[in-house]
Amino acid sequence: MKAVVLLDFWASPFGQRCRIALAEKGVEYEYREENIHGDKSPLLLQSNPVYKKIPVLILDGKPVCESLIIVQYIDEAWPDRAPLLPADPYARAQARFWADFVDKKVRRCSPCVRSMSSIRNTAFLVPSNVFTHQVCESAKKLWTPKGEAQDAAKEEFIEILRLLEGELGDKKYFGGDAFGFVDIALVPFTTWFYSCETYAGFSVEEAVPKLVAWSKRCLERGSVAKSLYDPLEVYEFVKKIFG
Amino acid sequence: MAPPSADLKLLGSWASSYTHRVQLALKLKGLAFEYAEEDLAEKSPSLLLHNPIYKKVPVLLHRGRPVLESVIILHYLDETWPDVPLMPGDPYDRALARFWCHIVDDKLGPAVGAVFASPSEGQAAAVEQVHENLRLVERELRDGAFAGRRFFGGDKIGVLDVVLGCGSYWLAVFEEVMEVKLVDPEAFPLFHSWLRDFEEQEEVKAIIPAIDRLLEYARGVRQMMLGLSSQQQ
Repeated sequence: MKAVVLLDFWASPFGQRCRIALAEKGVEYEYREENIHGDKSPLLLQSNPVYKKIPVLILDGKPVCESLIIVQYIDEAWPDRAPLLPADPYARAQARFWADFVDKKVRRCSPCVRSMSSIRNTAFLVPSNVFTHQVCESAKKLWTPKGEAQDAAKEEFIEILRLLEGELGDKKYFGGDAFGFVDIALVPFTTWFYSCETYAGFSVEEAVPKLVAWSKRCLERGSVAKSLYDPLEVYEFVKKIFG
Repeated sequence: MAPPSADLKLLGSWASSYTHRVQLALKLKGLAFEYAEEDLAEKSPSLLLHNPIYKKVPVLLHRGRPVLESVIILHYLDETWPDVPLMPGDPYDRALARFWCHIVDDKLGPAVGAVFASPSEGQAAAVEQVHENLRLVERELRDGAFAGRRFFGGDKIGVLDVVLGCGSYWLAVFEEVMEVKLVDPEAFPLFHSWLRDFEEQEEVKAIIPAIDRLLEYARGVRQMMLGLSSQQQ
C-alpha cells in the first residue's frame, strides 16, 4: 500500500473535495474505489468503524475521516505549498464557517449526495430503496414529483445558494484571489445543479449567476477539472437511483 | 482580576453547553472578556445582527467582529492566542481531535438530547443509543488514540475535553430527571473517571452552573415538552 491512500467513490462530492485538495498540493496518492453496490471493503470498515463511510484518507496506515477534516489535514501536513486556508485567524474562522454552512445546508438538499458517503449492502431489492429511507424530508420533496412540498424545497435550496452567492460577492473565489477551503467544500456540489434543475424545474444560473460564473472559474483549475464529473454523467447516475 | 476587555465580548446563554465551551476556553487561556446573557426567547438585536443565519449563541465578538459556531470559536481562540494551546501540534493528532469533536456534536450530543426528548415508550431505545456512543468513547480511551491519557488532551485539558466535557454534565442531570442510568461506572470506567477529573478542574468548576439550577431548568423543559406533546395527541 502506498504511503497515501484515498478510499472513495467516484460520484461522491465529499470524496471529490479530498481529490481536489490533494491535487492542489501535488500529493501522489493511491485512489481506491469503493463499490457502492457491493460490500464495504475490510479496509474501509477497519479505517472508519464509527461511520463506515468514504472518503477516508489513510497515511502510512493511519486513517483520517470526514471530508472537511481530511482537507484541513492535507493543508497542515503539506504546509509548504498551495495553502488551502488563509493565514489570518479571522479569515480562517470565516472560511471554516462557510465550509460548515455548506455541510449543514447544501448537502441536505441533495439526497443522493447525502447518501454518497454511506455505502450500503446490496441485499436491498430496488436501488432507490437503498437511498430514499435516508433522506431528509426537504430533500425528498426536491427530488420526487411535483407539488407544494417540492416548490418549498426548491425555494429553500435557492435561498441557500443566494446566501452563498452573497458571501462570494464579486470576489474571484470565496477566499479572495486564492482558491481555498470554501471553494473546495462547495464546488463538487455544483455538478449536481443540472440534476436538481431537471428534477425540480428551475434554472440555477438564473437564480445565482455569480455563483455559476464562480463554478466555471473553478473548473478552469486542473485540480477541479480532473476531480469532478460532467453534470450529464452525474444526471445519468441520479436517474439510475431515482428513476 | 483585570476589568473586562473591550476587545472580547461573548453573547451566550447560561444553560448552553456550547456557550460553556467558549467560556472555559477563555478561562483556560486567561483572557478577559465581557459576557452578555441572551434571552433565547427574545433574542437581542446584537445577536440577530451578528448571527443572522443561525440566530444562535455563542457568538464571540473580537474587536466587534463576530466569530460563530463553538468549535470554530475554539480554533479561533487557539490561533489568535497560542499560549495554553487547546489543539495538539501534530497534524494527525489535530485531525483526530477534530474527528472526535465532530462525533460529540454529530452523534453523542443528539443521542443524549433524544433521551431527554423521548416519550416514555421511546426511552429504552434512546438510552441504548447513548450507551452505544459512550462505548465508542470508552473504547478509544481504553485501546485507541487516547489510551492511557488522563485527559483527551494528555496531561492537560485540550479541545476535545472542552467539547465533550461541557455537555457531559447533562448526563447526570438527565439521569435524575428521567430516572435512567446513562453512565454506569462499571460499564464505562474510563469515561467515568475522565469526567470526574474534568469536573474537578478549577476552571471547569468556575464555569459549569450549579447542578440544582440545571436540574430545575431540565425539569421545567421536560414538563413543557410533555405538556406540548399531550396537546398534540
